[in-house]
This record gives sequence, structure tokens and C-alpha cells, in this order.
Amino acid sequence: MNLEVKVAGVTFKNPITTASGTFGSGAEFEEFVDLAALGAVTTKGVANVPWEGNPTPRIAETYGGMLNAVGLQNPGIDLFCKRDIPHLKEKGASIIVNVCGRSMEDYVDVVERLQDEPVDLLEINVSCPNVKAGGIAFGQNPDALYEITKAVKAKAAQPIVMKLSPNVTDITEMARAAEAGGSDALSLINTITGMKIDIHRRKFVLANQTGGLSGPAIKPVAVRMIYQVHKACKLPIIGMGGVMTGEDAIELMMAGASMVSVGTANFHNPGATMEVLQGIKDYMERYHINDINEIIGCM
Amino acid sequence: MSIIKKTATVVSQRQIGTGIYDMVLLFPEGAREAKPGQFLAMYCNDQTKLLPRPISICGIDAEAGTLRVVYRIAGEGTKQFSEMKAGDTLEVMGPLGNGFTMKKEKAIIVGGGIGIPPMLELAKQLDCEKTVVLGYRDELFLKEEFEDVADVKIATEDGSMGTKGTVIDAIKACNVDGAVIYACGPMPMLKALAEYAEEHQMEAQISLEERMACGIGACLGCICKSKEKDHHTNVNNKRICKDGPVFDAKEVVFP
Repeated sequence: MNLEVKVAGVTFKNPITTASGTFGSGAEFEEFVDLAALGAVTTKGVANVPWEGNPTPRIAETYGGMLNAVGLQNPGIDLFCKRDIPHLKEKGASIIVNVCGRSMEDYVDVVERLQDEPVDLLEINVSCPNVKAGGIAFGQNPDALYEITKAVKAKAAQPIVMKLSPNVTDITEMARAAEAGGSDALSLINTITGMKIDIHRRKFVLANQTGGLSGPAIKPVAVRMIYQVHKACKLPIIGMGGVMTGEDAIELMMAGASMVSVGTANFHNPGATMEVLQGIKDYMERYHINDINEIIGCM
Repeated sequence: MSIIKKTATVVSQRQIGTGIYDMVLLFPEGAREAKPGQFLAMYCNDQTKLLPRPISICGIDAEAGTLRVVYRIAGEGTKQFSEMKAGDTLEVMGPLGNGFTMKKEKAIIVGGGIGIPPMLELAKQLDCEKTVVLGYRDELFLKEEFEDVADVKIATEDGSMGTKGTVIDAIKACNVDGAVIYACGPMPMLKALAEYAEEHQMEAQISLEERMACGIGACLGCICKSKEKDHHTNVNNKRICKDGPVFDAKEVVFP
């Protein structure tokens, strides 16, 4: 049974990775998951300097999902390179680094700093709904997305994966802008902007008022957008959005994803990635599929 | 120390107050490791609710392999827990967090509202001179069990029992003294105790809560502002689930 997949010329041992922000840099999950058994660990977004993130409450549960407004709290690229990358390498993990910033210069800074690091892919987060500047501003305007993709690509030593926001009218327009800017792959979807009100206290549940909706509630949106983007451009796709089981991962792959990230499921079950991977194998066995690549984008 | 996630069986459950339930869980691996002040992540069997509920541990019986939780119905998830009966099962993960650091110096153990339960196991295990101060709105719970292990002072908001007012009022009215305060309860109470401890040159260990997702230090949902840089992000955000929930009050920047 072949589970190996290729994204932007990089081979991964299987199609399962972690959705940025739900898995830290892996260390907190080691009691539950052998990091080397994952296709890759996608790390929490890292900026050029440490970010404190948003005030609390940062988390709200919703029906079949959750809202978060963490605001990309992160230790900055220096500590990340000194501590997190060596640790992941020591554990034998392949690494996808999620890069965030408030300005184009921030992103380029981080990407330059990563040039000599043993990193497999760079996922460029231009779609976080929880930070005031940068982030999603680049991800909701095709011209801005094209420009930042070009700027990042010019300095990146590793292949780049632009992470797209679902909070747009036409996701294919964004996908084509990233493709034109030189992106090597795409990842989608980031969270969907949402809001929750505590009707008893007449207050917003999140200090940030709005947050990003994730979890199984958003899976149909992810499937639809992955399918549309797969039809609209040639770039390989890392798909994410509400994957809880192997069947969910298969669904995203059929829609067009070459790799699948497990996100919110890690909060429901810290061993979720391994269960999803096992579920993929069970599916392949059941339908006598020898190579997982047979099902990618088969719809 | 390791964190275990597994299916636990409800040994017993009873209601001990308005919306307050007392549940005993068979969870031998957790019971062996648990310390006073740690908590459990309890998952709902209803799969539309993804996130675990962080619930403090009220009692530890390593021999029987059980952990006891006393919790208040705060929403649909805890309501579902309250409907469970002996023999029912649910996913749990724990023990989580750091727990209290038990000292030998004379102790003041303070619990406020639904912050009272985690103080019971601490009151049992603390091997030193100790006074317990419990703050209730009006209805009392767990009081007799505290009285079995320590001298207990009560404060009620309506004055129906003990000192009328806050736990600080009770501490003053009853001349309670000690070298170390251990406390869990609402933020204004913890802030007042932190100030009281500083004023009287006492140590204060306070247990905080916040909405959380993962419970294991990864999601960064449940931070509190800290005076020193945190180990994870090197800003001033300690993770309540992992670096806490118990903090030296001097470390915490109160909102």
C-alpha cells in the first residue's frame, strides 16, 4: 500500500499533517503521537518577532466546531529556530513552517531567516482572521496576494504554500493570484470568521468579538473550495477544514487535496492524527486501493 | 509524569446542591498520578461538543483507582455530565496542570464558590497546621467534609451563615493567620487574596481558570498575563492549563 504523496516536489511519507495552530510545534502531543509517523508537522504561525496574541477569552465552543481568536501568539523566529526546529528534527519529523506577519517585510524577514533551516515547506499565512494588520488583508485581495506571493517566493529557499482564506467571494480568483505570483502549492481553508454572543450576559464570548470557526461544522465548505481550486489551477493542494476521521480526509483528497491537515480534531482527541491515518489505510484496504495518489482529485 | 486519555466509568453520581454534582470516576492511571490542584479534561459523549471541559479534581483515591469531581452545571456539556449514572462511560484525560506545592508552614486554605472542590483534597493532604475558609453565595456544600480535616470558617454573601461578606472578611473577623494561602475561586477573590498576602508578607498559591481547547498547552487559548516571560512564547503569557492552573500570586498580572 503506497501512502507517499508529493507536494511541490517534496515527498512526504503519508498525506497527514497538522493544521497550523492546533499542534504547537509538536512537543505537547508527543505523549500521544509519534511525530515521525506523520507526513509532516505543520507548526504554529511564526513571525519575525514574538507576538503576545489577543486578550482572553480566546476560545468559544460552537455546534460541531469552535471559534478561536488566539491572535497568533508566537515566540518569534529566533527562538523557533533555536528550539522548535532542532526538536522536530531530533524526533524525525518532516516540517512545514507556517509563517505570519503584519507587513510584507515581516513575511520576507521570516522566510529569509529560514533559508538554511531543515524545513520542507513554507506555509504562508495570509488568511488569519484574528489579527488587525497583515494576515487576512493580504488574503482577501487578489492583487495584494499576488504581490506578497511574489515577494516571498523571491526570498524563499523552500517551496512556498500560500494559505487561502475562505472569507472571500471567489476562492478561485485568489488561487489564481497566488499561482501567478509563483506559489508552489496552496493550502485551504483557513477558518471562517464567526461570532458568538452570550445572551444571558449580553456580551461577546470572545474578547476579540470575532473569531475563526473551525471543526466539522466547516468541512462541507472546505470540500467545496478545494474542489473549485483544484479545477481552477494546477497547484497541489494541502486541504484542511473539519477533518475528524479517515473518511473525512479521503473526502478532501477526492476533492483535490494531495495532503490533509488535521486541526480542531487534535483538541477533541490528541491522538486524532494517527486515527485519521489508520482510517485512510482502512479505506484503501476496503476498496483495494494500492496507491493513495489514485484518489487525489478523482471527482 | 504522564498524561493519560482513556474511557472512564462513572462509579457514582449524586447532586449535592443547586446545580452542583458530585461524580466519582474509575480512572486508576489518573488516580495514581494525581495531586491536589490538578484537573481533568472531561469530554462529552455528544459529538457535537468537541472540546473537553476542564474540571478540578476534588478527591483522589489511588487505592480504589478513583477520582472525584464536584462541578456546577455551567452549560449544555456539564448538564450532560450531570445526567450520567453509575456504569456510564466517558472520555477523560489527565491529570492535567501543575497542582499546589504543599508546604509545611501554617496554611490558610481558601475556596470560593465552585472553586471550593479542589481545596478539599489539598486540605486532606496538607500535613501542617491549617485553617479552611470557604466563601459561598448562600447555599453550603462540602462543608462537613472540610470540617473532618480542619478548622473551617465560613463567609456567605447574604450572611445566612458565618461572616457576612467575602472570604477576606471572614479571615479578618476570625483572626485567621498563616504563612501560606492556597486558593481557588472567582478572579476578584483571588486578586483580593493576592493583595492581602502581599500586605501581610505571606505566600499565596492561586488556581486560575479560563476557557481552553486542548488542555495540554498547545492551543494557547487559556493564557493569563504574567510578570515574567513565559517559557513557551517568551512574552508574558503563562498557559493556565500547562504552566498552571496554580500560580504564585506574585507572578500573575490581574486583569
